[in-house]
Amino acid sequence: MANIMIRQAESGGLTFYLPKRDLEASIESIEFDTPEKWGGELKLDNGGSYYIDPIAKPPPSAHFPARQAPWRG
Amino acid sequence: MTTLSREETDALIAEVLEVYPEKAQKDRKKHLAVNDQTIEQSKKCITSNRKSLPGVMTIRGCAYAGSKGVVWGPIKDMIHISHGPVGCGQYSRAGRRNYYVGTTGVDSFGTMNFTSDFQEKDIVFGGDKKLAKLIEEIEQLFPLHRGISVQSECPIGLIGDDIESVSKKAAAVIEKPVVPVRCEGFRGVSQSLGHHIANDAIRDWVLDKRDGAAYEGTPYDVAIIGDYNIGGDAWATRILLEEMGLRVVAQWSGDGTLAEMMNTPKVKLNLLHCYRSMNYISRHMEEKYGIPYLEYNFFGPTKIIESLRKIAAFFDDSIKEKTEAVIARYQPMMDEIIAKYKPRLQGKKVMLYVGGLRPRHVIGAYEDLGMEVIGTGYEFAHNDDYDRTIKEMGDATLLYDDVTGFELEEFVKRLKPDMVGSGIKEKYIFQKMGIPLRQMHSWDYSGPYHGYDGFAIFARDMDIALSNPTFKNLTPPWKKVVEDEAKKAA
Ligand code: SF4
Repeated sequence: MANIMIRQAESGGLTFYLPKRDLEASIESIEFDTPEKWGGELKLDNGGSYYIDPIAKPPPSAHFPARQAPWRG
Repeated sequence: MTTLSREETDALIAEVLEVYPEKAQKDRKKHLAVNDQTIEQSKKCITSNRKSLPGVMTIRGCAYAGSKGVVWGPIKDMIHISHGPVGCGQYSRAGRRNYYVGTTGVDSFGTMNFTSDFQEKDIVFGGDKKLAKLIEEIEQLFPLHRGISVQSECPIGLIGDDIESVSKKAAAVIEKPVVPVRCEGFRGVSQSLGHHIANDAIRDWVLDKRDGAAYEGTPYDVAIIGDYNIGGDAWATRILLEEMGLRVVAQWSGDGTLAEMMNTPKVKLNLLHCYRSMNYISRHMEEKYGIPYLEYNFFGPTKIIESLRKIAAFFDDSIKEKTEAVIARYQPMMDEIIAKYKPRLQGKKVMLYVGGLRPRHVIGAYEDLGMEVIGTGYEFAHNDDYDRTIKEMGDATLLYDDVTGFELEEFVKRLKPDMVGSGIKEKYIFQKMGIPLRQMHSWDYSGPYHGYDGFAIFARDMDIALSNPTFKNLTPPWKKVVEDEAKKAA
């Protein structure tokens, strides 16, 4: 379980930050993006993808426990 | 003199790397790149934040330097103990020129060096007792200090001293914060991890200590984050922000105090200048306290105006109006400076090699003077820094990460910039090659360079360096004769 941080970017999109590896990336797509259900699979612009359990829409910047998508080991 | 095409720059990199053994060549190649503005992600063209190769001359520092020297050191009312042998602190003492107001040795301690001066017996038997005694002595000799930080040097981690427990006990006795910082030099690949460790220590030991305490805030409270007041930079920044109508509650950490840091969670907006060294704490505050942070750039009028407007956009119309008034007021001064220096500096080429934020932040200031940055690189950047750099640099310019002494020299020889902006270690090498160098770490004992006032000084300094006749007279007379004859013969 990796601890990740998601933040509303200045440009409007979402940025992804993995503190442990100091990795910054932008999120290309998010599976669920409604006020009630938000999260699911995140596709990053670096080719990686993560999964966070869907929740109600969080504040503009927050930490989440996330799983790295299984096909990337 | 030269503007190379993409292919030529690629060829240059290959040529410079030729002298290395194959393995080193492969490794170094990843750290050198030709800028391509179409790339969104620097990762595709440049590798950064990797261990330097043994055997090459790197210009990096250590984690202790990042924590004690950069982040903690400028907090003026605290005493920062360089815990370990004397050298690490003594040889870097006061070298960064973080200006502050206060009486040194009484209520401010910025330029002093406190060390536990480890000897053989401390390594063998452990230094915890010595540390406890040292804190006791500090309390007696400097009763007006507001807190202590224990900055570990390499041996502390190696011998496994428990500075945390000593700190906790001491804090209870002296009733002031004592912050253990695990920033041993061997951690990480450069000073960058030291910044991170220092940020985490502030988060854990300082930041939340006044949560819930009474505080009279205004809607215009901001904090300056990641400005170390080198040559007075943070002051130049503060003036501008105050003229905009904002209230600067804290300066992190140039001319900053412990109390300011503890009050920072009450501000409305964090203004982040050095992204590299303080993004960690900004992110933390954004998440925990919901304080947004904003990256800005106060080098050169173009970027200043852009940043001022960006900052003002966070606040109401009264601030926006004042901001426009500030911009309008300084414009004639800026026009005058540019009118004076641009004709003298126009078209000159610069190569930079610095740390933190400057390899990208100062580009705008040079461009305002009509100069061009043809190569830039960071000592300890991560990919997110290069992401931001790619957009600032011209196409087909050179990017170098953790460049080695040899590579930088060769690049300079080949690209022939009119000027190099780097540090003291590079200064005399290039000046002997006949190229003026301005130290872009310490502003070459000048400054400030931030803000409108700073730009005036920046422009003057660049002119002084470039117009210096010395550099045209580096060929000794007897060699000149030969040169002249050769010219005649030709
Ligand atoms: S690497 Fe270790 S010994 Fe060297 S300056 Fe840093 S803390 Fe001191």
